[in-house]
Amino acid sequence: MRINCPTCGERDRREFYYGGAALARPAEDAGPQAWDAYLHLRDNPAGRAREWWFHESGCSAWLLVERNSVTHEVYGVALADGGRS
Amino acid sequence: MVELIAKSAAAGLLPRQIGRVSLSEAVFRPITGISPYAGMVAQAAAAVTAAHGVGLPGPNRLVSGKGAEVLWVGRNRWLLIGPEPDPRLTETAALSDQSDAWVSVLISGADAAAVLARLTPLDLRDRGFAIGTSARSELFHMPAIIARTGAVEWRVMCFRSMARTLVKDLSVAAQSVAARAAL
Repeated sequence: MRINCPTCGERDRREFYYGGAALARPAEDAGPQAWDAYLHLRDNPAGRAREWWFHESGCSAWLLVERNSVTHEVYGVALADGGRS
Repeated sequence: MVELIAKSAAAGLLPRQIGRVSLSEAVFRPITGISPYAGMVAQAAAAVTAAHGVGLPGPNRLVSGKGAEVLWVGRNRWLLIGPEPDPRLTETAALSDQSDAWVSVLISGADAAAVLARLTPLDLRDRGFAIGTSARSELFHMPAIIARTGAVEWRVMCFRSMARTLVKDLSVAAQSVAARAAL
């Protein structure tokens, strides 16, 4: 699998560290069930997935990667911080 | 006062000639890390250009000029190699003295790219890695800066504590390439 880092260009998967599924954080006053789901329950999708990846051996940026967990096709990559400098 | 003799990071290990590749150490002093303050990249680039004649290059690049070289080493982080940093640079960027933090090995010869290709996932072909390219990647699981300084000349910079491992890994890869060529 190769990830097209917005900063460094297309790089091998070995340079990246998996950071887990990209989830929407519940509101502060959301009930314990919502927080329990946010912390512990994962979908483990076979197919399209939104995930965090860290370009550990590259530019050290966190990336939001949308990819297919079955075929490893990457649909899109964006900087997690939106690209501020 | 006692005069202590500084040893370079790869002292006693290099140079080596293995097959069609030669490994040698490049001693760079001083090396200064440049990290512009938040939102001040353009100002820091102007200050570095004014003081040292070379600017802050974009991702995966190095630039060199009158005795000064600047490498991109990550988002909003650069290394200045050669001159003592102008004190005025601290107005726009945080500076750190990294002179003793790195080991730099030059790999040159016809098989240099073939040796590196055994150790790093980077695409080292001309198309993706022209002269003047400087990428951060890994070299046999070690964090490394890999730069192309000539048609068949490369430079690898690793953390100084890994100097011995770096020389060993490069030597083993060079021996493997040479052994295959001799078959």
